[in-house]
Amino acid sequence: MTSSLEKQPNVDQWLSVGTDGRVTVRSGKVDIGQRISTAMALIAAEELDVALERIDMAQVETGISPDEGVTSGSNSMQDSGQAVRLATATARRHMIARAAEALEVEPSTLEITDGLIRSRDSNLSVSYWELQGDQPFDIPIDPEIEIKAPETYTQVGEQVIARGMTELATGQSHFVHDMTMPGMLHARVVRPPHYHARLKNLDEALCRRLEDAAIRVVRDGSYLAVAGEDEYAVIKAAERLAAAAEWNMGNGLPTRDIYESLTANERVSLPVSNGVPQREPVPDLPEPPAGAAQTLRARYEKPYHMHGSLGPSAALSVAEGKEVHIWTHSQGVYVLREALAGGLGMDEDDLHIIHAPGAGCYGHNGADDAAVDAALIARALPSTPVLLKWTREDEHAWEPYSTAMAMELQASLDSDGNVVAWSHEAYGDTFMMRPRNAPPGEGAKRLLPLRYVANGADDPVPQPAMRYHVGVHRNLDPLYNFPNPRLVKNLVRGLPLRTSALRTLGGFANVFAIECFLDELAEAAGKDPVEFRLQHLDDERACAVVKAAADRLNANDTPANIGRGIAFSQYTNSKAYAAVGVELEVLDDATIKLHRAVIAVDAGQVVDPDGLTMQCEGGFIQAASWTLHEAVTFDRDGVTSRDWDSYPILRFGNIPEIETVLMDRPGDPFLGAGEAVSGPAGAAIAIALKEATGLRLRRMPFTPDAIRAAALNAPAGISS
Amino acid sequence: MAKITLTVNGEAHEVDTDLATPLLFVLRNQLGLTGAKLGCGLEQCGACAILINGEPVLSCVRAVSEFKDDDIRTVEGLAKNNAPSAVQQAFIDHGAAQCGYCTAGLVVATTALLKRHKNPDRSTIDAALTDHLCRCGSHLRVLKAIDTLISEGASHD
Repeated sequence: MTSSLEKQPNVDQWLSVGTDGRVTVRSGKVDIGQRISTAMALIAAEELDVALERIDMAQVETGISPDEGVTSGSNSMQDSGQAVRLATATARRHMIARAAEALEVEPSTLEITDGLIRSRDSNLSVSYWELQGDQPFDIPIDPEIEIKAPETYTQVGEQVIARGMTELATGQSHFVHDMTMPGMLHARVVRPPHYHARLKNLDEALCRRLEDAAIRVVRDGSYLAVAGEDEYAVIKAAERLAAAAEWNMGNGLPTRDIYESLTANERVSLPVSNGVPQREPVPDLPEPPAGAAQTLRARYEKPYHMHGSLGPSAALSVAEGKEVHIWTHSQGVYVLREALAGGLGMDEDDLHIIHAPGAGCYGHNGADDAAVDAALIARALPSTPVLLKWTREDEHAWEPYSTAMAMELQASLDSDGNVVAWSHEAYGDTFMMRPRNAPPGEGAKRLLPLRYVANGADDPVPQPAMRYHVGVHRNLDPLYNFPNPRLVKNLVRGLPLRTSALRTLGGFANVFAIECFLDELAEAAGKDPVEFRLQHLDDERACAVVKAAADRLNANDTPANIGRGIAFSQYTNSKAYAAVGVELEVLDDATIKLHRAVIAVDAGQVVDPDGLTMQCEGGFIQAASWTLHEAVTFDRDGVTSRDWDSYPILRFGNIPEIETVLMDRPGDPFLGAGEAVSGPAGAAIAIALKEATGLRLRRMPFTPDAIRAAALNAPAGISS
Repeated sequence: MAKITLTVNGEAHEVDTDLATPLLFVLRNQLGLTGAKLGCGLEQCGACAILINGEPVLSCVRAVSEFKDDDIRTVEGLAKNNAPSAVQQAFIDHGAAQCGYCTAGLVVATTALLKRHKNPDRSTIDAALTDHLCRCGSHLRVLKAIDTLISEGASHD
């Protein structure tokens, strides 16, 4: 049983039936563009035998929605999807039983068409809405309930248009940024130049002039914000205040080369076994075994990446008496409530947090911090709704990034080309800084604004995450059958930038390293890289996606100048399987032109095929952007990539054809797929780049400068 | 503050505003047209695109006073008789949005592109959309929607 069901074991916690012919489904997972509400609605409609249009997905809010933690880790289908399936199946059985009683017929004679229960024997009928409308079920979910057989599905697995698409295309959908309330003020925060700067002096005369112009200035220690009726006036006021504020700059940010720091700084090192870190000494790197014919070593690196949400984080808040209401695009309203209540010394029951749509976040971005900003300003201006937006600069410079990482790999091959020894050490900062308040006091540290208020919290000191495949050690453990792999997680201290969860956590970097290194090993062994992978994979589903992607990729001849690459992973060795093939070309100006991608994915039973395909396409495009373009830059005075010019991302103009092959597994459990493609996508690009140019680039991003530098340093005979 | 009359989606609106205010804020906060989004405020991301006399324009920086004689059209003004325009319908049919924050800008840019070019080639399409960022990776769906619109060959006002 999933933790979602353990916490919320009753049918009424997940759905209700109205007298109006509608079904409300309550999931604790939020839709942030990943189409999860469409998939949930399909599951509910299928198990209940009602039309999809009858399903309303409830807004997620504290006190009402199921507490399903955070919408993260590709867990939504496996946890919430399964819970909704069991809850709706239990509800259906209950309503069949009640109908049999009401109609005085055997339950086995009943069939359901769009919520109408009819007896085959008697022609009598009763609807869900008559039977159950606006009444509680008062029954527990039966975790052993028989669910529908996949061959009887009429809705799950069908092509549908995602919920909300019409509103998005016609400008009628409402993001939290678009909300308005009577008397509402717009607000902006005035951030310090960098994390460690503290307010030294503020021009009081300017503050008075702003107040005279109906701009409210909120100051609490080094925390500064402005609010007012007119949004543009508020923006100008924030700019004036920022220009007039004086800051103690302290020592600034550490400026040592980040890739040196990753392996030279103090760190916590833990061996990893079967995906789980062990509180044991790290074994030394052993000598190559007796049967080793050759031993290879390589180091791979990735820079800091940002989530880069297209909409800067925002939240609406109003404080009424001791109660604070917050509308936020947070991925976890309950964990945010816990952390913020802890941070502000509030009773959790006085904090009401409601999810409202935001821009795609892809992990822990500025959403939670913006919610706290809004609440702080709202508390300073009681009974006044406050719509707080981060600026683009706030978002780029203050969101918690995905850490830079280094991966050091060593492997030995025997004379038959089998991997006989494998070592992989991953180095990076934490990915695990989502809001929580355990231990007590941690909440304030993890919510950025609370570090700047008077007597604010210290910076958090991350502890190594010890669960299966999280943080730096996500997908560190290869799925390949290497004997006794030596795997080490290194949580590095003293790194310069604030970090937390970005799509795949360490998985992107670890899979990049593993798959590129496998390509190097296959080359050293004189083997075809696809055959080499299959030779080291025991899992049939893994082999099936690798073969499917290879077949599609190689279905036609390689055009001149095109390099092909293929890579694979199973996300967290327990979620969706994905293999990605890429065709690319390096142009005369050393830019990479992406021509084609093929994706083979096995996510178990497919519910929303178009949504799954979309997640795969989007995962590829985003990972391609990370790989080709992205790196957060900084110096002593702070982050320097503060807009889209200084942090470029992939654009129209370099979008390849993408063919996605869904390997449906009817009747099998759902396997989370939102992050499955990213790792193999980055690796496949690196491998294709090698095929196109002969150059092995081991540090992202693969910019023209990086490609030219690699060509200059390449041994003679390698073209560029 | 001063009064200015704007023609938006075919209707005249008199608004009282600081004339230096970027058009986007007037559309969103005074006229309630929140389809165009504030993504950067730097003319770098395309989320705030609208049509000015049929041409796509970014609205997050340029002052409202520049637009007093113009025909301003937002994503909300593309639908006809409450039905999505052909471009909007193609976006819907192809699922050309994930989070949808960039969608209004892309719909507007596509509308302008197909008004100017009946059969644009890929490089023309890319050039028309290159200033529009999408972080979810819905680009391919947008391109497919445009392919469909081109092959239908209909008028896409």
